[in-house]
Amino acid sequence: MYVAVKGGEKAIDNAHALLAEDRRGDESVPELSLEQISGQLSLAVERVMTEGSVYDRELAALALKQAQGDAVEAIFLLRAYRTTLPRFGASQPVDTGSMAIRRRISAAFKDLPGGQVLGPTYDYTHRLLDFALAAEGSERPSVAENAEPVEASMPRVTDVLGHQGLIEASGDGPEVPGDLTRQPLTFPAGRDLRLQNLARADEGFVLALAYSSQRGYGNTHPFAGEIRMGEVAVELVPEELGFAIEIGEITLTECQMVNQFKGSKSVPPQFTRGYGVSFGQCERKAMAMALVDRSLRAEDLGELVSNPAQDQEFVLYHSDNVEASGFVQHLKLPHYVDFQSELEMIRRLRRENAEAAQ
Amino acid sequence: MTSTTIDTERRRHWMGVLAKSPADRLDQLWSQLDAVPAWSHLRRPEVGLVMVRGRMGGDGAAFNMGEMTVTRCSVRVDGGPVGHAWVAGRCARHAEMAALADALLQMPRWHDEVSRRVVAPLARQLADDRAQAGRKAAATRVDFFTMVRGED
Repeated sequence: MYVAVKGGEKAIDNAHALLAEDRRGDESVPELSLEQISGQLSLAVERVMTEGSVYDRELAALALKQAQGDAVEAIFLLRAYRTTLPRFGASQPVDTGSMAIRRRISAAFKDLPGGQVLGPTYDYTHRLLDFALAAEGSERPSVAENAEPVEASMPRVTDVLGHQGLIEASGDGPEVPGDLTRQPLTFPAGRDLRLQNLARADEGFVLALAYSSQRGYGNTHPFAGEIRMGEVAVELVPEELGFAIEIGEITLTECQMVNQFKGSKSVPPQFTRGYGVSFGQCERKAMAMALVDRSLRAEDLGELVSNPAQDQEFVLYHSDNVEASGFVQHLKLPHYVDFQSELEMIRRLRRENAEAAQ
Repeated sequence: MTSTTIDTERRRHWMGVLAKSPADRLDQLWSQLDAVPAWSHLRRPEVGLVMVRGRMGGDGAAFNMGEMTVTRCSVRVDGGPVGHAWVAGRCARHAEMAALADALLQMPRWHDEVSRRVVAPLARQLADDRAQAGRKAAATRVDFFTMVRGED
């Protein structure tokens, strides 16, 4: 426990001014603009939007600039800002089936309607540092364009399996999904709340849990059934109109994991699903989320729950990096009174031990 | 189809185009309109959040994915109709122009001009951008060949 302290205003002001100087860096170097951050550090911006849980590129870029590129601090800033805005309502569920595809791959099917579209990807790069980028204004290869664009919409791989009855249905839930920004989490949590929690969860935490499940702590035998990235329209029904209108487009990455399932007394052997989605192109996060979503379904599917990735309370209570960072970092705040009493106790115990030994 | 449903479909179209287009492009086209009638705010541009919903597995039950910033605005043309706008982002001017365009598009005297000079070029630009992104993506379409492993 920490107690309130007084004083130090001047020192705190000075510390913040010093921080501002550090943030600016060498003044002979031009200052970063939000457009530069948004345009050239786009994956950082998209992580901040995903985990900050607000789709707004400019705000996420500002948060990153203010936080000197510290993703978790930037996510905290965005979360804090969101509390200052009114909630106008909820969108219609977005239709990822009609996504304007910029990337779409399947590791399960080689030939699928619409084909494998690599899009802008780090896959198949050599991960060698490119020193040409160190020199500003370097040439980049021209971008190829086919005569015909990709199909306006592509079926999901899971739809193909679904037509053959080889995969479970997508999953039911309440008509109006739960919202953990409005109600405290209770257990067991429905899949709607679990997915909301994972969508804004820390990428590192979700990635590590997903990895643990692959290494044997509750293996789900996953295949990346499909990963797709592109733009979807967001529709909403304004009260004053009474019909749905498009209010904008957002970039999403969606991952459908297809998992082995041996069946149970009531269910024949079939594939099961894990679902992941992120704002922007947070593909690693979407894949990890899909693995953990499937792991968290263990209980629903009658599987033994014996590993961290399958444990709802463990996963959902520790996934939020704003909460986690706050609790870990609060240890920096003055704990003087607490520590004094511990110090007293240690001294007393030592004294008592010494007296007993005599 | 009744005239109401046709109107709703057309209105959905133009409201979507106005919302999805960049504000500066809308501003540019807007400035070419002459003698826009007087109007006033019914609801000043207001920034807030909309919870974006997704579906489990893409087509199952809904869940809350995360929020997005949205600006809404309503205007009334003097002696004329009310226009509304709900536009992603935090640009007050974008929402205001979209609401005013929505109002003018409901006025027989203005409909064709705003359609032709604002909505159509914006829709064309959106379609062109979409097609170009699609052609670039198509150039990255790949055929993987499974190698025979020689076991049989």
